[in-house]
Amino acid sequence: MSVGVETSGLRKRLKANEALSGVTLSFEPGVLNGVIGPDGAGKTTLLRVLIGLLAPTEGTVAYSVDGRPAGFDAIRPGMAYMPQQPSLYPDLSVREHLEFFADLYRLPAAVYRERSEELLRVTRLERFQDRRAGRLSGGMYKKLGLMCALLQSPSLMLLDEPTNGVDPISRREFWELLGRVTARKVTVIISTAYMEEADRCARVHLLEAGKVLASGAPAELKRERGIKGFAELFLRLGGAA
Amino acid sequence: MSAPGVEVSELVVRFGDFTAVDRVSFTVERGEVFGFLGANGAGKTTTIRVLCGLLLPTSGSARVAGLDFSDGGKAIKSKVGYMSQKFTLYPDLTAGENLAFAAGLRKLDPGLARERTRELLDFIGFTPALTVLVRDLPGGFKQELALAAAMMHAPEVVFLDEPTSGVAPAGRVRFWELIYKLAGAGKTVLVTTHYMDEAERCGRVALMRAGKLIALDSPAALKREAFPKPGAAPSLEDVFVKLVEGADR
Ligand SMILES: Nc1ncnc2c1ncn2[C@@H]1O[C@H](COP(=O)(O)OP(=O)(O)OP(=O)(O)O)[C@@H](O)[C@H]1O
Ligand SMILES: [Mg+2]
Repeated sequence: MSVGVETSGLRKRLKANEALSGVTLSFEPGVLNGVIGPDGAGKTTLLRVLIGLLAPTEGTVAYSVDGRPAGFDAIRPGMAYMPQQPSLYPDLSVREHLEFFADLYRLPAAVYRERSEELLRVTRLERFQDRRAGRLSGGMYKKLGLMCALLQSPSLMLLDEPTNGVDPISRREFWELLGRVTARKVTVIISTAYMEEADRCARVHLLEAGKVLASGAPAELKRERGIKGFAELFLRLGGAA
Repeated sequence: MSAPGVEVSELVVRFGDFTAVDRVSFTVERGEVFGFLGANGAGKTTTIRVLCGLLLPTSGSARVAGLDFSDGGKAIKSKVGYMSQKFTLYPDLTAGENLAFAAGLRKLDPGLARERTRELLDFIGFTPALTVLVRDLPGGFKQELALAAAMMHAPEVVFLDEPTSGVAPAGRVRFWELIYKLAGAGKTVLVTTHYMDEAERCGRVALMRAGKLIALDSPAALKREAFPKPGAAPSLEDVFVKLVEGADR
């Protein structure tokens, strides 16, 4: 099954600020959907609305399964979310985390073995399986959060800036891994402030100050705008941090 | 007066039987922008924590701003500013309250703290109001404020551990202008990053792998050394991958 997500006129007011100012977007089923934008653009708020953690002030989110409309409750069990700062258990080791989440997701033993081995290899944490989360380096901790999210078999996966603080080699391998995940028809919605990572997505949605600047395939968007990379676009827009 | 900003010799840090920093030696000149690269877990933050006087090394020696650790790192603490990889601002306090808090930790008297605050904000070109909650500051400004907080006591050497992680291009450009400005004002800056375009902007970069320092040179020289063939035009990321992967597998 392939999950689609569409938003219409989403607004979200948080205290004094409007984090989302009328966001209408369509996330394509079974592919990598990137949400690209500077910090403060509203990426985290958008993801939190999509997973039902925040109610929008205005507007709607509609989900579909294989093209047919579906309610949030039907989608929820197959949804995985990794927040920007994953919360892990400082006293549990890397392996204990994997085992804990495998239990939680009720993964069959064979699937667990295969997947955890792949994840440990990609993240290069094989040698550190016994280290407690509280003693991992910043990037290793982030990777453990990613592993816990990627262990399950979701149909919709939302990842909030998963590659911040991850080193260049692991970032490359992580994107390759995500490619293998979408080969299983998983819909991935991933936010990033690394502009060059936009090119790894099938579709990107450029967000700035709570508004959608553009949506489309990265190559087409770049051609349309006459730019080599998205960093250029955001730099040209200037101003915002 | 002209002692180097940082001098590290045969530094070793062990946690139990795990060696996080393995006989690392390097020198950073005053006013230099020195990049510190390496894969996750290579030992960058651990090295920085030693140099900030927060962690005692297992063996080896280090001097920061000409001072050693013979007093347990007390004197060094007053000479260094540290912007930690883990976020150090309080989101529920305003920008101004965060700076006042940082000044309090450094035991600056309130008058001096106000003066420093004005000077620093001016130096940084910080535009948001000081009454804004840190939570509501866009990320790029958070980083600038965190830098100001780390500099309240006018340190000579500044350690910036992934200061621009998650910051978008415009904010990163602004932050790097600040880094150069600091170096221009005679501060020694040691900065870690996983953005290779930023590493490119450092005078010299050190590359760590599994606790060891495996390369140290200017970005241009590192490229020449790693890819000596004429006409090769490697990126620093190519160099990173080659050097880090090379000996490993
Ligand atoms: N208190 C500790 N006990 C045990 N191991 C530790 C402790 N602190 C750090 N380590 C280990 O030391 C190694 C180096 O960690 P460090 O934080 O210095 O890496 P880093 O280069 O800063 O990585 P990153 O790019 O992810 O920030 C890691 O393997 C880490 O798990
Ligand atoms: Mg670190």
